Order: sequence, then structure tokens, then C-alpha cells
Amino acid sequence: MPRETTMDKSKMVVVEGSYAVAHSVKVCRPNVISAYPITPQTHIVEDLSQFMADGEIPNCEYINVESEFSALSALVGSSAVGARSYSATTSQGLELMHEVLFNVSGMRLPIVMTVANRAVSAPISIWNDQQDSIAQRDTGWIQLYAENIQEASDMTAQLFKISEDKDIMMPSMACMDGFILSHVYEPVVLLEQDITDEFLPPFNPERTLDPSNPLTFGAFADPNYYTEFRYLQEQAMQTALKKIETVADEFSDMYGRYFGGLIDEYQTEDADIIIMAMGSIVGTIKDVIDRLRENNVKVGLLKVRAFRPFPAEAIKNVIKDAKVVVVLDKNISLGMNAGALFIETKSVLYNTDIDVPVTGYMIGHGGRDIPTSTIDKIIDDAKEIMKSGIKTESQFTDLKEELV
Amino acid sequence: MNQISLLAPGHSGCAGCCDAMAAKFTLMGAGDNCIVVSPTGCLEVMTTPYPETSWDVPWIHSLFENAGAVASGIEAGLKALGKKEKTKVIAMGGDGATLDIGLQAISGAFERGHDFTYVCIDNEAYMNTGVQRSGATPYNASTTTSPAGKVSFGNPRPKKNMPAIIAAHGSPYVATTSLAYPKDMIAKVKKATEIEGPTYIHCHAPCTTGWGFDTSKTVEVAKMAVKTGLWPLYEMENGVVTKVRKIGKVKAPVEDYLKMQRRFKHLFTMEGGEEEIAKIQDIANMNIEEYGL
Amino acid sequence: MKIVPGAVCEAGTSRANKTGGWRTFKPVYDYDKCIKCKLCELLCPDSAVKPREDGYFEFDYDFCKGCGICANECPKDAITMELEEK
Repeated sequence: MPRETTMDKSKMVVVEGSYAVAHSVKVCRPNVISAYPITPQTHIVEDLSQFMADGEIPNCEYINVESEFSALSALVGSSAVGARSYSATTSQGLELMHEVLFNVSGMRLPIVMTVANRAVSAPISIWNDQQDSIAQRDTGWIQLYAENIQEASDMTAQLFKISEDKDIMMPSMACMDGFILSHVYEPVVLLEQDITDEFLPPFNPERTLDPSNPLTFGAFADPNYYTEFRYLQEQAMQTALKKIETVADEFSDMYGRYFGGLIDEYQTEDADIIIMAMGSIVGTIKDVIDRLRENNVKVGLLKVRAFRPFPAEAIKNVIKDAKVVVVLDKNISLGMNAGALFIETKSVLYNTDIDVPVTGYMIGHGGRDIPTSTIDKIIDDAKEIMKSGIKTESQFTDLKEELV
Repeated sequence: MNQISLLAPGHSGCAGCCDAMAAKFTLMGAGDNCIVVSPTGCLEVMTTPYPETSWDVPWIHSLFENAGAVASGIEAGLKALGKKEKTKVIAMGGDGATLDIGLQAISGAFERGHDFTYVCIDNEAYMNTGVQRSGATPYNASTTTSPAGKVSFGNPRPKKNMPAIIAAHGSPYVATTSLAYPKDMIAKVKKATEIEGPTYIHCHAPCTTGWGFDTSKTVEVAKMAVKTGLWPLYEMENGVVTKVRKIGKVKAPVEDYLKMQRRFKHLFTMEGGEEEIAKIQDIANMNIEEYGL
Repeated sequence: MKIVPGAVCEAGTSRANKTGGWRTFKPVYDYDKCIKCKLCELLCPDSAVKPREDGYFEFDYDFCKGCGICANECPKDAITMELEEK
């Protein structure tokens, strides 16, 4: 049953995306926030530091660390003593955390982190794509991608609840497109403290570092055990598949807003062409679909909200009757000439009886604008594929041929 | 003095292990109401093969280079939860994790002023990986990545002065210790953990395997380092040396220390070794003068 | 036994690992010489020196690895290292 979002206009305020997220973090009652500046994430931790300076976050310590590596490492310690722990980063900062990301997940510490998605160096670029978080897909972090600042804000509370579930205990990233969402001002409903207190129970992990029961955290595992620890992490991810859906439903019931669980659909029911995408580009695609639907073009959108865990069944269920699937990726696996969502979507269709052509476009790298005309062109290509099949499986979009 | 060990037996440290002794002394000084973080290294590996642990206090290992940051987070978390009052936070790691790869996170933790104590167990090389040179390896020591050879006397650089680096952060208390003076070390750890703010203990810890001496000589070698002046024992409060352990009028020559160890053996067999030993004696003499040993 | 997510261990469980088998030489007390100074107990890297009710000590051969630090440091030479008979 599709869920509707009704925005309470009397509660709406116009704020920057970063502020909306920082406010969400505040009402989730964090105990430790670690912060290191990096564009375009910085406004989030600046807003949080102002909340701290104004005494608005009780029982919380704010640590100005000396690097992103230490930002996440500090949260290893705080989360292990039972403190709800949060940080935000992007791009180079996230890549610097790479080693710690695996560690946090393996130690089953439910840290939540906002990633204001940005391209990675070199060449250095502060503008948006999603290469940074996609490059961390194997680290054992839940990854949700937000379509707009309301969703980025709402997702924060959802992720604490998902990550801290005793059957999951896995960290998570709330991914929002840098600048496009982090720096844009839009009307939103800021999460209410009273509803959030009801929605999100206090963090009360089964095991903590505590002198009254002196446990050892972070032992090493020899080949007799290592495989099973990996297996448990994967099981937790599979549990998260269900939990992401139920938490989105609970959120909808309590706050009245729903932006999808693992996925969301727009005009997919009778669609011949289904476009798959993650993040803010979803809004642009919806506009194009609205226009094309007026001309009876049967095109729909499959918004992928959860990239980890990967919602294979949900995706298959939506695209099984389509005539062509187009996957947009703001990332590339170099040497594969394809983006991650495209590769993984294709992989989950193999060994099934779904036989739909899938084509991929790498788009919006390093902040390259994605005009509606680009989406139009991609849909024109898809129409061509319906007639005569795939000629190019995966390609760069809007490449300036004259420069290469 | 409480002689109850909070480091359980059954760990897989070598016979005569310096890390086990240093950890035991540290816990004797800190007491059982503490949380310990250890970076990757011998101490971590030998004490925590899943599902066993030798720690009778809460203990955490995260990575090689982040003990300072993890300790910061533990301290901040305890504060936020209202549990910091009585619980001490201790980070305890080797010289590689302290002077080299973990230096940035430690610097950050000291600069921010977290209330914790960092204990460096300095056995002067990367022992866990097989005796490779670190920033704490002394002049002319032969290691597996700074071996003595036909044209080399071993490690070409003197030890990095880590206590001075920490003192420069404005730490209220920095002390050097030695395994040969356990009561001194226990007292210094106790003092360090009772002082509010980030405090530092640097323990000289001879490694039977890495340095090449009999397993029974760990304490004897440590004592000789102090007697020669190569390892001065002192305390610094707010950047000023306030206490020094005098070693008496008759100082042992550095040869007495060097000849006990395989890592310096080449100095006694190679041509030019005598001049090199004289340079090491100069280091000891400088210490004797600087600290008034 | 089920593994614990995150590889969390219960305190002091390494006591299950009897390291006494590593030993080549075993320390033996001469209680006539012992002055109960506790140095052997303090220094033992394996916490394998246990106090007795009478103030003397005994070795816990389940864990003693035979390093010989106790014998080497004993101020009264009250500990000798004897070849382990296997």
C-alpha cells in the first residue's frame, strides 16, 4: 500500500539542509559528536557546535578532532562505552576513514554519520557526486541516500533506530548530495523533540566497556573464527533489509512523512521504461516523468534509497515487467566503465527469469549539472533500446568530446 | 602496595616478556576502575586471541594508529553519561604505535586536554612484526630493517624524544619509567592517573626476543640502561623537570649495557666499532649532564 | 559455544591457556633463604608467583614459562632454575 506524505505547512520553516540535519541530530539526543571541517559537510558540525554553545544538547560532549581518521576513531571509544555517537564527513574525509569504517562495523558499533556526498581527488573537486560513499560500500555500513533535505533530516533519526537495533548493531551513513542538499534552503518540518523521544528509544547496548563487568572489545580472530564474524555481519545486514522498511513505516505513522523504505516508486506501475537513481537527481527525474506522462510516454522512476544492504528483491519486483531499465550512477568503477548501481542491478538479475535490458549512464561527476534535457536524451535512448536492443551497455553522459 | 595482577596469566607473550610486565605494573598503579585502550602490537596480540583475553579490566583494541582518539572518545563518552568521575582512562601501546603511526591522534588527544593517561611501552622497535626499526630505535641498533652490515652500523638516528613532545603539548605530568624500577613505575602511573588532564608515562622495556638477551635478563638490561645514563628516569610537571632518579657518582660505561644485547654485537666486532660506542657514550653523557643524573 | 558479535570476550579467560608447557627450566624456591620481599611476585610477567598464607610464595607451574627473571633478580638467591623433567 503506497504511503502518502502530507507536509504540515504550519510547521514548515525554511532552513539550510545542513541545519535540518543538525537539528535532527540534536533531537536524537547524541552523547558524543566528533567534528572535523570539510566542505561541503562543515555547516552540519558548525550548527551542532552552536547548539552546544547555546546549551541545547544535554549530556553531550563535542570533540573537535584533528582529522577525520580520529573523528571516527573517537566514536569507536564513545560508542563502546554506550554513548550515542555521531559525526559527519565527505569525500577525502570519508576516504581517510576507510580503515576505521571496517573496524566500526566489525566491532558492531552503531555509529551514525552523515555523508555530504562529494567527488574525490584527483583532480580535487569540492562538488557533488557519490563516488566517496560508493567507494565504501564493502565496509559494512548501512547506506541510505536522500532525495531532498526533508528526507536527509528524517533519515537521521531512522538510522539511529535501525543501527541500534539489538539484532543489527551496524553503523550507518545518511548520504545527502553535497551542496545540492547540504547548502540548499527549502521549507521543511524540523523533527519534533517529543515525537522523536517516542520514536527513538535511548541507546542501551547489551555490551559496553564498564569496570563492573570488564569485557574485552576488539580481540583478534584466527582462521577458526574470522569467517563466522563476517557471516554475522552479513546476517545483520539482511536483518536491516527488513528493519529499514519497518522503521520507515513507523516513522510515517508517527511523523506523517514517507520517502520510501529500501526503495520508492514513482509512476512505475505500467512503465515500459524504468529509471533507477539515488539521491537528489530523483527530483529532476520526477519532473521529466511528469512532463513525458502528459505525452503518454510510459516512464517511471525506481528510487533506490538503500544501497547497503542492497535491496535485490525489492528492485527485481519493480523492474520485472519493464521493457528497459536505465540506471544512473554518480560514480564509476574505473576499469569496469560502469557505475555501482548499474553493475549491482545487473548482477541481481542473473540467475532469474527476469529478462529485461539494463543500460547504465555515469552522470553528474564532480558536480557536472544534470539538466532535464539530459534525462530526456537518456529516455530517448531507452525508447530506441525497446525497438532495437542495447548497443552500448554503459556510458559517460554529457561528455565534452572536444576536451578529450 | 597492591600486588594483585589485573593481567591474567595464559597470555602468549614470550618468556620474560617486557610488555606483560609493563601492563601489569600499569594496572597496579591505575587500579581496577579503569578502561584500557591498546593499539595494535605485541601486547594486543598476545593478550586477546578470541575468545580468550588476559585483561581483568575493560579493554578495547581498535587500530594501530588511533589509540589516542579512541581514548578521547571513551573519556568523552563517560563524561556525557556521567560516569567519568571514578573511572580512569588509559591508553597503552608500543613505541611504533606511539612515536610513529599513532603520533597524530595522540597529539590531538593531548592538545584537547582529555583526562586520560597514555603509557608508551618502549621496546625500541616493531617487535610484533619481527623487530623492524621505529622512531624509538636507538643509535646503531641493528634491526631487521636497519641491519648492521659491511657499510652500516645499524640504525643511523638517535631516539625521538617523545616525552619532550608530549611535554610541549602542555601536559601536566610526564614521567619516564623502567621495568627495572617497578615500584617507581607503579607510583608514577598512580600519580599520572590521579592528575586531571592528559598525562604521559614512557616506559623503557627491554625485549628479550628483539634485543637478543636471555629471557631472565629483562630487568637486568633495563637496570643497566638506567645505570649508564642512556635511560634517565625523571618526572616533568607542566613542562619542567621536577624529579630525577640519581644514578650515583660512578656511572656504568655504555659498553656494559651494549654488550648484553645481540642488537649491538656488531659494535664489538666491526672495524670502527669503538668510535661508534664512543658516540653512544656521548649520548649517555649528555643525558647525565642535562638531567643531573 | 556461540561467538559474540564484535568478538567481545569475558574477562581473564586466558587462564584456560596453560602456558606452563613452554618451560625448559623451572624455578624452585629455597625457603630457608627467602625473605618474603615479594620481588619475584611483582616482576613475574606471567603472574605465576602466588602468595601462600605463611607469607612465602609458590610457583604456579600451570603458567610459569620458566623465563628465570625471578631467579635472576632474587636478592637472596633463593630461587634456582632446574631443568624441567618431561
